[in-house]
Order: sequence, then C-alpha cells, then structure tokens
Amino acid sequence: MYDKGKVILGLAIFLCLASFPAWYIVLTGKGDYRPAPVLATSENQCVESKQYMREYHMQLLNQWRDDAVRNGRAIYTATDNRTYDINLTGTCLNCHSNKAEFCDSCHNYQGVAPNCWDCHNVPVMGK
Amino acid sequence: MAEKKLSSEDIAGVKLNPAEKDWMDPSVEFKKGSYVYAAPLKDQQALKLPNPRQWNPLDDDWKLPEDWKPIVLDGMKDKLGKFRSWKLFLDICVRCGACADKCHYFIGSGDPKNMPVMRAELLRSVYRKYFTVGGRTLGKLAGARELDEKVIKEWYYYFYQCSECRRCSVFCPYGIDTCEITMMGRELLNMVGCTNEWVVSPVSNCFRTGNHLGIPPHAMKQSLESAADDILSLTGIQIDVPINKKGAEILFVTPSGDYFASPAWYTLVGYLMLFHEIGLDYTFSTYASEGGNFGLFHSAEMLKSLNNKIFSEAKRLGVKWILGGECGHMWRVIHQYMDTLNGPPDFLEQPVSPVTGTRFDNAVKTKMVHICEFTADLIHNNKLKLDKSRNDKWKVTFHDSCNPARSMGMLEEPRYIINNSCNYFYEMPENTIRERTFCCGSGAGLGSDENMEMRLRGGYPRANAVKYVQEKHGVNVLACICAIDKASFPPLLEYWVPGVETAGVHELLANALVMTGEKPRETDLRGEPLVDDNVQQGGTTGV
Amino acid sequence: MMSAQKVVVPLSAVLALVLLACVGYVFAPLHYFMLVILPYLCGVIFIAGFIYRIIRWAQSPVPFNIPTVCGQEESLHWIRQDKQGSPSNYLQLTWRMLLEIFFFRSLFRNSKTEQAGQGRLVYGGNQWLWLGSLAFHWSLFVIIFRHLRFFTEPVPALVIWLTELDGILQLAIPTLFITDFVILAALTYLFIRRVAFAQARFISLPSDYLALFLILGVALSGVLMRSIFRVDLVAVKDLALSIITFRPSLNLSGSVGLPFFIHLLLVCCLLAYFPFSKMMHAPGVFFSPTRNMLNDSRRKRHVNPWDRPVRVHTYAEYEDEFRVQMKKAGLPLEIDEAGNK
Repeated sequence: MYDKGKVILGLAIFLCLASFPAWYIVLTGKGDYRPAPVLATSENQCVESKQYMREYHMQLLNQWRDDAVRNGRAIYTATDNRTYDINLTGTCLNCHSNKAEFCDSCHNYQGVAPNCWDCHNVPVMGK
Repeated sequence: MAEKKLSSEDIAGVKLNPAEKDWMDPSVEFKKGSYVYAAPLKDQQALKLPNPRQWNPLDDDWKLPEDWKPIVLDGMKDKLGKFRSWKLFLDICVRCGACADKCHYFIGSGDPKNMPVMRAELLRSVYRKYFTVGGRTLGKLAGARELDEKVIKEWYYYFYQCSECRRCSVFCPYGIDTCEITMMGRELLNMVGCTNEWVVSPVSNCFRTGNHLGIPPHAMKQSLESAADDILSLTGIQIDVPINKKGAEILFVTPSGDYFASPAWYTLVGYLMLFHEIGLDYTFSTYASEGGNFGLFHSAEMLKSLNNKIFSEAKRLGVKWILGGECGHMWRVIHQYMDTLNGPPDFLEQPVSPVTGTRFDNAVKTKMVHICEFTADLIHNNKLKLDKSRNDKWKVTFHDSCNPARSMGMLEEPRYIINNSCNYFYEMPENTIRERTFCCGSGAGLGSDENMEMRLRGGYPRANAVKYVQEKHGVNVLACICAIDKASFPPLLEYWVPGVETAGVHELLANALVMTGEKPRETDLRGEPLVDDNVQQGGTTGV
Repeated sequence: MMSAQKVVVPLSAVLALVLLACVGYVFAPLHYFMLVILPYLCGVIFIAGFIYRIIRWAQSPVPFNIPTVCGQEESLHWIRQDKQGSPSNYLQLTWRMLLEIFFFRSLFRNSKTEQAGQGRLVYGGNQWLWLGSLAFHWSLFVIIFRHLRFFTEPVPALVIWLTELDGILQLAIPTLFITDFVILAALTYLFIRRVAFAQARFISLPSDYLALFLILGVALSGVLMRSIFRVDLVAVKDLALSIITFRPSLNLSGSVGLPFFIHLLLVCCLLAYFPFSKMMHAPGVFFSPTRNMLNDSRRKRHVNPWDRPVRVHTYAEYEDEFRVQMKKAGLPLEIDEAGNK
C-alpha cells in the first residue's frame, strides 16, 4: 500500500464518521432509553386509535385548528362515529395535561420542537 | 487529405448532439485523412518493439500475435497495479458529461467516441468485463464489453485521435485525465504491435541520433552556423555557437524542429541573438539535441529512455544547469517527469541566472529552467534593451500550448515577454486561453500529413478563436511556445484563418532586441521589411 | 442498447425492490430479516466494501507527479501565483481540495460549446449541472445529518438546530424540509438532463440510471413517509437504537408501517451497492492525482516505486556511430579515431 499514513488516516476518519451513532450512544449511555409518556386519565381511548394517534396526531391537531378557526366547525366525528368537541384545552388537555411528562418525552426523543406552545399556554402542572 | 476539401461549412454543420446509437459496437471505419499510418517495420525492429511486422490499419488482418488477448488483459492488470491514476479513473467516472464538448476533436468532428468520457469508456467497458464482478456477470447491462479484434482497431483509431492535451481534465469534477487513459490505451496497443509511424519513427530517430528529425551531428552544426550567418547579415554581428563544449555553464536543449523547420527556425535565431547579447556561457549538444520526447506518446519506458540523454549529457559536459527552449510536450516531460525518470541530477547546481543573479527556486531539484522564465527575469531586471516598435507590424495574440499551460502553469512569463517586445497584444476569448487553451490539433504523435483532415478538425476550435481576434483586432500573428505548434499552425491557420502567421515568442523578442554594436535593422528575422505598409502604424516605426 | 432500455431496466429493478419490501411487510416471519438482518448485512457490506475499494486504490502507486495545473505556477517572485489552481504547498493544496470537494470548483468551470452560425464557435456559461449537483449533494448531506436524530440519544443540539433551520419555512404540518424539496428537484433535473440532452443520453449507462432511481426511491419514500403515509417514528427510533447498540429487537413501542419497509430496503440496497458503483467517486476525488498533488515537480523529487533501468543509447555508442563526421565537422570527441581518449 502506498501513501499508507494518509490512507489510514482517511479511513479512520471515515470509520469514525460512519460509526458515529454507535460510539456516541456508548458515550451517552442512553442506548436503552425509551420514552415513557405519562398519562393521568381514566379514559382508555383517545379520539382515534393509539397507533393512529402515534402516527398522525400532528396532522389531526392541525385539522382541528383549521376546522375550529377557519371553517367554524365545532364537532369532530371520529372513525368509530363518536363525536368530540374540537377544543384543545377542553378536549385534548383533559387527559394530556402534563406537557413535560407526556408531550416532551417523545418530542425530545425525536428531536422535534413543535411550535404549538409558541401561542398556546402550557397547561398548568398538577391540575 | 480527403478528396473533397473540408470546408468551414462542413465543420459548422458538425452536430455536437450525437444521434441515438449503441456505442458498444466497436466497428470503426478508418476514414481517409483521419488516421495515422502504422509504424514502419525498420523502426519497430530498431526499437525492439513487440510483434514487428509490416501492416496497415486498413487491412482486415492486423497480424496480431496468436495470444494477443491474454497479452492485452495481462497488460491491463499490470498497468492497474502500476498507475493509481488509471485504476481510479476507470472506477470513478459518473458520466456527467462535463467533459463531452471540451475536446477539440469532438468539437471538430462530432464523432461521439471523441467525447473524452467515451474515449475512456472504450477501455472501461473492457475493464468491467474482465476485472469487475458486475461486468463479468451482467455484461452489457453493466456497461461491459468483450475484448475482440474490432475493439483493438477501435482503440487504435480513437487513442490516436487524442492529443493528450488534458483540457477535459480541467473541467472534470474528479480531475479524470484522458491523457492518462490514452497513454495506457496506447501502451496496451504497443504490446500487440499496434503503433503509429508518426510516433515511432521520431522515437527511433531520437534514440539513435539524439533528435526526432534524425539530424546527424555535422548537419546540426551546419544548421547552427547558418543561423549565425543569418544573424551576421541581419545585425552585422558575428556570433559564435558553442556545440558540445565541455565546461560551459549551461547546457541548452531545444526541440529539433528549431534547427530546420520554419517558422521554428526564427525562434532558434532569436535564442542565439539573445545568448550572444547577454554573453551567456552555454553550449548546444548534438547528442542531447532534442528537447521534445515522443517517448511520452509511446510508453513510460520509451519516455525514460529518450529523456536519459539530457542529464547524462549535462554530466558529461560538466555544465552547472540546463536551459530549455520553447516546446510543449518537452516541458511536460521536464516539469512533471524528468527528475522522477532520470534524476536526481546531483552533479548539477541550482540554476542561477548569470546575468541577474536570480536563483530559480522553482527548479531547484530538476535544475532545468524554461527559456521564458529565464528571459522574463532578464527583462524584469532591465538587462535587455528592447525596441517594441520593431514589432509594430505584428498584431499579436498568444496561444497557450497545452502542456506549458496545464502541466506547468507557465502562463504569465511568455505574455510578459510579448508585452515587452510588442506594442500590440490581444488575448483570445477567455474560454480558449490559459488553462482552458485549445490544442493545435496535431499534438501527441498525430501531426502527419495523412491525418490532415482530423488535424484540421481538431485545430478548428483554436483557429476559430484566432479568427475572432483577427476580425476584432486585426491580429496577424499567433505567438506560441511549442515546436509542434510551429509546425502545425501554419497549415492550420492558412486553412481556417488566412493571413495569420505563426511565430515563436523568442522570435518576437529578438526582433525587438537592441544588440550592442548592431547595424540598423532593415528587416525582421524573416528577412521581411520591419514596416508593413498594409498595416496602420500605431507608434513610431522601427530602427 | 437503446436509451429506453437503459432507463427501463434499472427502473424495473427499483420497482421490484419496492415490491419485495411489500412482500416482506405482508409476511410477518420476514420482519426480522427485513428490519434487523438486512440492515446489519448491508451496513457491513458498505463499510467493508468501501474500505476494500480504497485499499485496492492505495495498492497502486502514483508513479509520476501529474497535477492538472489550472493557473499560474509559483515561479519568479514578482509573478502572481494562482495558489488555488497551481498549489505549491499543502495549505494551498488543501484549499484547492476543499473547493473541489465542497463546492465542485472544476464543475463550476463548465461551459457549453455551440456552433453559433457564420462559422463561429461560442462557449456559453453552463452552470446548471454544477447547480444541480451541488444542490443534490448538499441536500443529501443535510438529510443524512438530520437522520441522526433517529440514531442518537439525546439528540445533539446541532442536529436539532440544523433540522429546525431546514424546516424554517414552517409550511404544513409536519414542516416541509427545504432539502426534501431541493433533493427531489435536483434528482429530477439530473434525470431529465440524462434523457433530454443528446450528449448525456449517449454516454449514460444503465448503472447511471440505477443510482439515480435508487436515490430517488429513497428520497421519495422518505418524503411521502413524512408528509402523507406517516409511520410511527418513535417505533422507528426504538428499532434504530436497538440496532446501533447491537441489541436488535423487534419489541418496539409501536409498529412500523409499510412505507418504512420500502424506505429501509431501498437504503440497504443503496448502501450495499455503493462500494461497487460509480458512487465511489465520493472517496475517489480525494485520491485523484491530477487534483491532490502539488505543482512542485521541479522543486521536489517525486519517486516512482517501480522505476527500473531501460535500454538507452549511450553517448559512447552515439560517438562510435558518428565519430568520422564529428571529426570532420570539428566537433570535440571523447575518443579519437585511433581509439585514444
């Protein structure tokens, strides 16, 4: 092999970059961390199924906002025909009252910072 | 040359958008005027080349050796192990096509296989077939081709339609250099005895006589003496031309075209006048009488063999350092190859200009300086008296020769000399000069008469740029620093841009050079009146 | 092979991969293979293949110093050197290489040669290819970087910051990323120019289209997965973390959907194909002797490791042949006709 030093240095940089997640997770020691959102509620179902909410809650919230603010619609009919008031504070926050323990746990895990709370007040803790 | 005269309409009609065609078919028609004859048997034998025989590219049977295929494939394997450039360039091309319309042969011929990327694909397709898993298993789908005799013929046709000018490499995002591709392609062809006359005959001459033209020592001496006679009648000064002089300070090496061919001859006369004027202690050599090196167009081994003479002669004569004349590929060899091939020349000293005391730090190891660097330094230090008005009949433009531009980066020195020797200097459009300069169309062993149509096509982009400045500024001379240029431009310009002459930079310098004790000049170096009545005068006339 | 065929075959190959992902999704027993074994396998092929190819290049020497010089060399002190086009020290060379690698300096020079009529050639600026490539590569880089949020815990601030910057338009929910749009546009352009421009169409191989379609497939599945056919990203990250910690598990907090199967399979194929494809131009550009060498070959000796003696014609042999003529012409001789030194 020619230019051994430079080639090995280059390969080392490549390996460091390519394996970054693997050694980063060892350094932080959080490889086994999984978010455990806390819900203080007696309800056993959200407006839609749990899997649907995990995948689409942001789009549903967006739709609710449009319905309430722009379309003047107050009632949401779910897939199972149950109806809900389109109302963040009155409906959603009834159950999802703890932003830090519920919303943030997954949002932080995903590295996202939705701009909901730019306008909406954070619900008061421990209500 | 083709029977029907190639016209500018023919070239204007050249389509740079190739029609749909499967390039993987290697069939090629050897068009008259577009290929170079095969190497003569006697030269093949003299150089001990493989598979020596009399043959003709137009023959159906090229009389390849029985085992030509393993020879070529083993050769590829060998080169892959020796040249990282080649291996890498076969692997990493993404076929973006940035190089496609940068090749003068493609622009002039419209033949899609003259797009640099295609020229490389001719080899790559075979490489894929025999050296990669994908090519072996998927064949055509992976861009792989079988190696057969047709491919050899195709290679011969297209690797001798590349002048190794490296223009495409400037534009390639990875710097893929078709010159490397062509060099390897030619080396593979050499192995089965397929080389051309215009490369091998000069090489054979050079090997034996020390120069491409095959000038024996006594004829070279006569030639130099007759140059001295010309100077005597021009200036009234008797000069002395030292040849094979031991103990001289400097060995001067220049391409052999300078000794005989016009207009290169006037450049030679220019050197002699300059050397006399500054009182340089130098010598020519009859053994190292060639600066150029057609071995570069043949193989790394031949390159080394011919190049060997320069250092060994410098050692025999006991000079301190070496000065080199105006030549293109010669300077690629000296700048990028010579020290590696035949160095280190530890018996020499670091080049120092005896006139100005300038130390040429950029040549500290190879110990060879370009005459333009040397002369520019003289002018910068006010060591030369120059009367620019003697060149007033010339409206000058400058052609950057491929190798000094793209392999050395010597762009300013010749311009500096021209600007100090001439009043009227005009640049060609920026896409056609400096690192983007166009080849004359005849470099790298393609300069033969039978190849004239391809030369005219390849030289067209350069000629077209000359035409532009001719029309815009009335340019009537193309200055250059390459012996192949000086041989190929006169017919090229006569064809495309009648009225534009070709001159070496040192010819223009010598026109302007005011020599101590000279008689009033009546003519320029060419024996023509200093003032051309047809040209409007801008400044005072000469003398 | 005709153009249509060159396009259709690789397109079919990528579509077949998509179909394969669907099959893998439908048959639950295949999930472990699709979600765990395949990523490991392809990751190993990528890294090992990448290293193998580089070592193969490194095994061949660079016998000569052959930079393609693109500017004035360093010569006389009063002549201004083009430090980037003709580097003569490593600092200048680094600058040249950085410009090549991050800004595609050489491609920026691109021009288009055309016959302008009246026997005139013109060289128009042609920076579209440069722009398209630059847009594509930079978007790709940002997108890969953004994906680190699935592979790291906690997510580094820089990743979050860049992600927010990328989504700064705040269009739609979830936010559209600028790079998502740019990469799709750039890839579309790169595809269209291959089929629409005669020169590019002529030189393109099926493998050129394959690389384009694979990356387009990855990008498209990714964008669709984000904007329309959403998947459970918490589950995706659970899977990613389990893989990079080498404790693979399908015991995820939710289920990952079909779009993710498609996206992942295409990424895996891309990774496995990478080392054996033209995509190796990425590390290759670092190795290019015409770009990574100093223009200092008369200043510093470059050694050819396989250099060996060749047949030469010595001065003695030369003088032997021409002695009589040289004598006659009065040229000095080493050995006279009588054989005396």
